[in-house]
Amino acid sequence: MSEFLIRNAYVIDPLSGIKGEIMDIAIRNGRIVEEVGSNAEVIDADHCLTLPGGIDSHSHVCGTKVNFGRYMSPEDMRAGRTARKGVMHVTSGYSVPTTFGNSYRYSVMGYTTVLEGAMAPLEARHTHEEFTATPHQDMLANTLFDGNWSIMEAVREKDMKRAAAVVAWTLSAVKGFAIKLTNPGGTEAWGWGEDVHSIQDQVPHFGVTPAEIIQTMIRANELLNLPHSVHLHCNALGVPGNYRTTLDTIDLVPDLNDKRQSLYLTHLQFHSYGGSTWKDISSKSEDIARAVNNKPAVAIDMGQIMFGRTTTMTADGPMEFKLYMLHHNKWSNHDVELETGSGIIPVYYSRKSLVNCVMWAIGLELALLVKDPWRCMLSTDNPNGAPFVKYPEIIALLMSRHFRENEIALLDPRTAHYVPLPAIDRELDWYDIAVMTRAGQAKALGITGIGKGSLAPGAEADIAIYPLKPESLDPSAEYQQVMAGFGKTRYTIKRGRVVARDGDVVVEGANSTIWTRATVPPGYDLSVDPEFMKKFEQYYTVRMSNYPVQDVYLPRGICIPTEASL
Amino acid sequence: MKIEDVVCPFCGCLCDDLVVEVEGTRIVSVENGCTLANEKFMGDHRLKTPIRREGKGWKETTYDEAIRETAQILCDADRPLLYGWSGTHGEAQSIGIHLAEILGALVDNTSTVCHGPSILAIQEVGHPGCTLGQVKNRADVVVYWGTNPIDAHPRHMSRYTTFADGFFLKDAFRDRKLIVVDVRKSESANIADEFVRIQPGGDYAVLSALRAIVQGKRSIIPPSVAGVSREQLFRVADLFLSAKFGAIFFGLGLTMSRGKSKNIRNAIELTEELNRHTKFIISPMRGHWNVYGSNEVFTWITGYPYAVDFARGIAFYNPGETTSVDVLSRKECDACLVVASDPGAHFPKACAEHLARIPTVQIDPHVNATTHLSRIQIPVAVTGIDAEGTAYRMDGVPIRTRMLFKGNYPSDTAVLEQLYAIVKEIKGP
Repeated sequence: MSEFLIRNAYVIDPLSGIKGEIMDIAIRNGRIVEEVGSNAEVIDADHCLTLPGGIDSHSHVCGTKVNFGRYMSPEDMRAGRTARKGVMHVTSGYSVPTTFGNSYRYSVMGYTTVLEGAMAPLEARHTHEEFTATPHQDMLANTLFDGNWSIMEAVREKDMKRAAAVVAWTLSAVKGFAIKLTNPGGTEAWGWGEDVHSIQDQVPHFGVTPAEIIQTMIRANELLNLPHSVHLHCNALGVPGNYRTTLDTIDLVPDLNDKRQSLYLTHLQFHSYGGSTWKDISSKSEDIARAVNNKPAVAIDMGQIMFGRTTTMTADGPMEFKLYMLHHNKWSNHDVELETGSGIIPVYYSRKSLVNCVMWAIGLELALLVKDPWRCMLSTDNPNGAPFVKYPEIIALLMSRHFRENEIALLDPRTAHYVPLPAIDRELDWYDIAVMTRAGQAKALGITGIGKGSLAPGAEADIAIYPLKPESLDPSAEYQQVMAGFGKTRYTIKRGRVVARDGDVVVEGANSTIWTRATVPPGYDLSVDPEFMKKFEQYYTVRMSNYPVQDVYLPRGICIPTEASL
Repeated sequence: MKIEDVVCPFCGCLCDDLVVEVEGTRIVSVENGCTLANEKFMGDHRLKTPIRREGKGWKETTYDEAIRETAQILCDADRPLLYGWSGTHGEAQSIGIHLAEILGALVDNTSTVCHGPSILAIQEVGHPGCTLGQVKNRADVVVYWGTNPIDAHPRHMSRYTTFADGFFLKDAFRDRKLIVVDVRKSESANIADEFVRIQPGGDYAVLSALRAIVQGKRSIIPPSVAGVSREQLFRVADLFLSAKFGAIFFGLGLTMSRGKSKNIRNAIELTEELNRHTKFIISPMRGHWNVYGSNEVFTWITGYPYAVDFARGIAFYNPGETTSVDVLSRKECDACLVVASDPGAHFPKACAEHLARIPTVQIDPHVNATTHLSRIQIPVAVTGIDAEGTAYRMDGVPIRTRMLFKGNYPSDTAVLEQLYAIVKEIKGP
């Protein structure tokens, strides 16, 4: 039996309604408890900010395209090298670090749970292999259904229950967590070098529209009673004027769930552009934030960009090709049969680029204009907007108007003409940040029930203690300290074990992979469905029996079972 | 007992539809396999026990002794090389890389003498690719360049291209144009709609000519480019441009002929150019069944697909310097562990001579050319027959190979885990 007592912690635990109190936290066998015995090991938090472990609800860290980002970028690997040290393995990479690099850097920042934003079902085994090599975070995989033939056929037949059955079989087979739609319909069109441009465009050969796919999947998701909602990367990412597509998409969303949103819109910065060309691109964050504020059934994450180099990678193959036509650096693409696609290009976001300056402003504006922090997660769509190691800087920008003003002064001077940011006074407080970096994610992902995102008795003892003293620190003025403090915990505790201290990881990790299995009535079991089996016989290049991810790939899997309402 | 949907651990096609009949620890028949697969499953002549060289002969030894001596050889070395990896499963590759990490060793896989140049090209310009099912279901133009699938990847055409009907191509053999580019008329060329015969060393020029045509610069093309007539170049380019979905597969005829990585770069840039007009992909024909897996595992652990040097403490990658052939020809290594490959058969003579000079240990089920250069050989189970684990197909699709029966040999993973534990103990924390 291992027992810990964290004394004198300045605790913010939004899910428990604690907004900054000096408390003790007791831990026994990996869980938070009411009290521990007198022999418990004591950590003196000395009034430092103590939060539930960080949760990233949208990040690209493991799997086929991430690894290809490494594979094709020795220059990026060379930019972030560390030697073996204690229990820490060698790491390489800056924007796409090796798996251990990702894991250590997240852990040092107090993050204990990370959702991989896009897993192609056919290549799920790869994602799970890398999850095992990302040992300090519990991992979840958004599973791609955007170009899934069986889904599109069900949508065409207006058979929502069949769509649900496809999702149930697939999530269970690939040990996925939730439904991800990336440019729905667009990735199938890209199989012919085409794309869809609005939610009403027809997908070639399938006779369905993105709007129909999105609407069907939102309802299918609720039929399966999955913990998370549909997780959507909207159509027309990165295109000037795309805010209309985003507003049209938000209009589609019904309110079907009283515990969380019915649609999660990811990296919304990339979807909030006005104008019609790269010359007159402008921020439409106000319109988008207003739509989000008026629609409690949606939650978003920022998709903030930060200046500097990074690597963009997404299942949105056509978008990456368009981006390549702008950057002309190098381009990789990887379409996945019957399912989805992906693309990768390196980019450099520059303060000298007006477009990049507008993008930078939009992400911050969204976070400042969306009133409810529970519905706006802090993210960079790692590494697309910036590597996640930039989170502390983003937190500081959100907490300090002064810092923002200093940064705006460095931008292309025309920026102010295209964005509302300079006029926004709001400064987020410690509570807002705690919501936007862990509690909000736990709620949006629907994983509070397995003890994520809070410090209440019974919760998983995933805890981050930062060298920040909110009682005496003014984040508006002392933003440099905020940035440094969120960059390196004093302690990161994962499942009751101290895993990182003052910037070093101190133990071998033993993470879990969280996945969902929806039980469907016999009539909806596709493992014996002739039409579904035919897909494998005739069109896939992998046999149906070799497709599911075996249990051996999830040495400490946590299954969230649900009963489908079919 | 008949086992269905067996995964073939021979080439990068990683066919997963074989039916294998097993009696006890013996395979009695294989269905659906090509001749290469049949030989892999049926022609199993294995080394019985670990052996070590004594004087001019070999002496049998135990696993414990062989592994302990190997650990000592590696720990005593200043510049050990851990080479091979393409013929084993990912879990074993992973342990091998961590072993290199604690030894401060060089670790390299067979890409170094195979598609290494393709990787260098990809690192310059990227890689527009896809899974093989995309090609099967959509491609109306397929190109094999410097590769002869009928002999080297015998089921590639029947599973993924020429003879494989797909969703959008109900009669693939008729509806799909096949172009073969090679320096000689291969078996594959015999069934091509268009055979482009290039003078040896002329690939780069022909690729450049095709790029120029695709860019609309037909007037600058001379009457003949590396033995290929202008008319044929126009014809091929027109086939490319009129394709709805084109796929280029290339082999060592392109990567290892004059120009090497620059040939591949040119071919990728042609593919990129074609994507401005239609849909095109390009893909290397990977050889060993899990060579792509070794690239994947190397990459997520070290950041680089091959040729990784841990001597500086960090992972250092500089092909040409840290590639096996280069370090061996410089006589830099003073010990070598070979796992699941046969450098004795594939490396230049000078490198093989150096391997014979230094203590070389081989972990491999079979006696091969490398055996004759080795001090110790440790036989292991064959992945896909009596061991299981992850493999990555040539297009990156991961498939778990099956264990068909439980034999008496330890797996690569078991041997490497034991080796790792001893080395870790010797090296200390």
